[in-house]
Amino acid sequence: MNKKLMTLLAALFALSLFAAACGDDGDGEAADTATAPAATEAPDEPADEPVDEMMDHLGDGSLGEVTVDAGGAVQIRSLNAITGDVAFFGLPLERAVILAIEDYGPIHGFDVDLGTTLDDLCSNDGGQAAAQIVVADEDVLGVIGTSCSGAAVAAAPLITDAGMVMISGGNTSPALTSDLAGTPGENYNVGYYRTAHNDLFQGAAVAKFVFGELGLTTAATIHDGDPYTQGLAQAFADAFEAEGGTITGFSAVNKEDTDMVPVLTEIAAGGPAALFFPIFQPAGDFVADQAPGVSGLEDTVLLAADGLLNTNYLALPQTAGMYFSGPDSRFGENVNQSTGKTAQDFLAAYEERWGEAPAAPFWAHGYDATTMLLDAIAAASYVDADGNLHVDRQGIRDYLNSIEGFSGLIGTINCDDFGDCGAARITVVQNIGGEENAVASMDNVVFSFVP
Amino acid sequence: MDEGAPPSGAPRSRPPRARARLLRPRTRVDWFLTVIRVAVLIVLTVGFTAFIAQEINPDNPFARWANPDATGLTGAQFRGLVISGVAQGSMYGLIALGYSMVYGVLGFINFAHGEVFMVGAMTGMITSNKLADAGLWESNFIGSLVFIVVVSIIVSSLTAVVMERVAYRPLRGAPRLIPLITSIGVSFFLQNASVVLLGPASKSYPNVPDWVKAKHTFLQIEGAKILVIVVAALSMAALWYYVDRTKTGKAMRAVAEDAEIASLMGIDVNRTIVKVFAVGGAMAGMAGILWGILFRSVIHTTGFLPGIKAFSAAVVGGIGHLGGAMAGGLSIGVAESVGPLLILEPLGVSGVSQLRDAVAFSMLIIVLLVRPAGLFGERLPAEDRA
Repeated sequence: MNKKLMTLLAALFALSLFAAACGDDGDGEAADTATAPAATEAPDEPADEPVDEMMDHLGDGSLGEVTVDAGGAVQIRSLNAITGDVAFFGLPLERAVILAIEDYGPIHGFDVDLGTTLDDLCSNDGGQAAAQIVVADEDVLGVIGTSCSGAAVAAAPLITDAGMVMISGGNTSPALTSDLAGTPGENYNVGYYRTAHNDLFQGAAVAKFVFGELGLTTAATIHDGDPYTQGLAQAFADAFEAEGGTITGFSAVNKEDTDMVPVLTEIAAGGPAALFFPIFQPAGDFVADQAPGVSGLEDTVLLAADGLLNTNYLALPQTAGMYFSGPDSRFGENVNQSTGKTAQDFLAAYEERWGEAPAAPFWAHGYDATTMLLDAIAAASYVDADGNLHVDRQGIRDYLNSIEGFSGLIGTINCDDFGDCGAARITVVQNIGGEENAVASMDNVVFSFVP
Repeated sequence: MDEGAPPSGAPRSRPPRARARLLRPRTRVDWFLTVIRVAVLIVLTVGFTAFIAQEINPDNPFARWANPDATGLTGAQFRGLVISGVAQGSMYGLIALGYSMVYGVLGFINFAHGEVFMVGAMTGMITSNKLADAGLWESNFIGSLVFIVVVSIIVSSLTAVVMERVAYRPLRGAPRLIPLITSIGVSFFLQNASVVLLGPASKSYPNVPDWVKAKHTFLQIEGAKILVIVVAALSMAALWYYVDRTKTGKAMRAVAEDAEIASLMGIDVNRTIVKVFAVGGAMAGMAGILWGILFRSVIHTTGFLPGIKAFSAAVVGGIGHLGGAMAGGLSIGVAESVGPLLILEPLGVSGVSQLRDAVAFSMLIIVLLVRPAGLFGERLPAEDRA
């Protein structure tokens, strides 16, 4: 009986090895065909580095090396929320990656291949599933993503353990990096970086706005259990109490709830003058719609954060007059030092390509993240005598760790010891109201904050 | 079927059975159940007493002991909770009717019924947005509402009937588990069909007139909630009349009692079953529109949780019993709305609003602990329990 079982297991094991081998072959072929045109273009580009300068690159080889054969392409991936309710947020990020790769051009004569863009579904499960796809391909050097902190919590350990780096343009949860005072967050992984701000800044900005600008001394928050929403609600609550205000309620909903009267009643019992709910759609629609109908919340000022700061939400009638915190999107004449493009250049290219303006902020963060990754790969690689590109995985991290004074679309980028590279400039905008004003409302800045 | 009759109409011999149950020696399971019943009773009593205490005075020592942050609710807030629970519960009740009727006639749980509700809500969304584009939604709201109700009832009845014809009729006579599993498959099919046809993002109903949002009467109830409660009550009354007073209703009850004998009496069983699905679908379509008016947003998974809760409502009320389905829906709706703040918050449980689903399903368990056949259900003879 036991012997039979062993035989069966052995057979299964052999079968799975065979299947895995077939899978790899398939991938290899796909990559080869995808990069076939690159081979013809490669000779046009003179190699930047002389062949004999083999050792002139970053990294000590401790995480291994990836070799890209002559004519092949450098593999990076985009992992953003591109379907579902949060697609408005992930799509601009993914498109920013595509445009950044095009603007950047080849690395040492090698094209950059994005492969199939992946979806983090803005959830823990989605992040994990996509990360497993990424790490199955050992040629991948880095990932731009995720969009959502909840997805990053699951994806970052897998991706960074495989020696790859992950640079997010959208994650803001403090748990993913640090508390800004030297203590790593509970979900921090070495090899994780982000150009989005740490929500401790955003929480502080909202607290200063509510307490200082609006002059309100009591506030309540609602989150939905997601690391982003919970972290931001907590950051706001801490900062608001530090300002001298009182938090009258700290509650939570489920993402799929529709009837918000119970949670709003719970909040109303404390009689807050302001209600901050940094959650997502569709739950955010119901909170804004039902809050004025709950006894005790008729005059409460409603505030939300960048998770709801998009044209779709601003167009809803119930969100007129609401305040939203988010990254400062007044990029002015900032130039990305790697591509020489400004935000205006980017927006023009975006509009021409996809026929619309980005529906949500953070596209600039995705663009800068991509160029940082490509710079890092360039710095950590060399071309050998046979024309193959060798990339040192540790070198990529060394480069990113040492980034200081990098000029990006979002401003000057400095990376701290825990992967926080954001510019940390936060603004609060007010919704003018009405579908026709949704785009204008995104720029209707009423408060700005620089730490 | 409104008698909660067992599907095969076995002979009943309740009094001797009940006596036998009383005389049976108590087993360990009985003791265990008693302990759980007592524990539940204690939690409910302490929670409710703490609530009363904090309503009298939030600084009351008992309220402080149970929850140091006790605040209490105002009368208006409590009223708001109850009304919101009743409105939500009426929708659960309307959906539960479909579960209950199909169970009464065919003896299996049609899990895809929640998706029929979603189809109703989606149809209402499409139709009302078209009407809004044409300007009719604003100029003649009541007329438009009647129109979308009619369209939505037709579409969801058709969905239910097609479902029966394609997925369940070929399985008639198969063991009960098989149509049950099929219904789960149908449920996924309908959800994914909605994603393919309409996309995965949530979709909004057009804005409703101000009087729907404004609060009315001395109770200060929002117009939308009055609308939901009244329409649900009317639908329930119409259904009762249909099942209890018309010839078709009589045929349904006969098929529920014993399909074989009914067919001998000249009743077209297949036709009657189709009518049961159509009526259940119509109720779900009606609930879908009410959902749209109340929450103004619908997504392909809209039917899932309300469907499961409506099924729980049907079980709480006693599956197969129409009045019980409505009562079950109302009690689950009110329990999940009021329960967290009435029982759990005074006990100092944190994040109570996230526990509303847990409260709804605990309600199911508690009712089944006390009355295993549901509030209005009848105890089935052993040979019919399966």
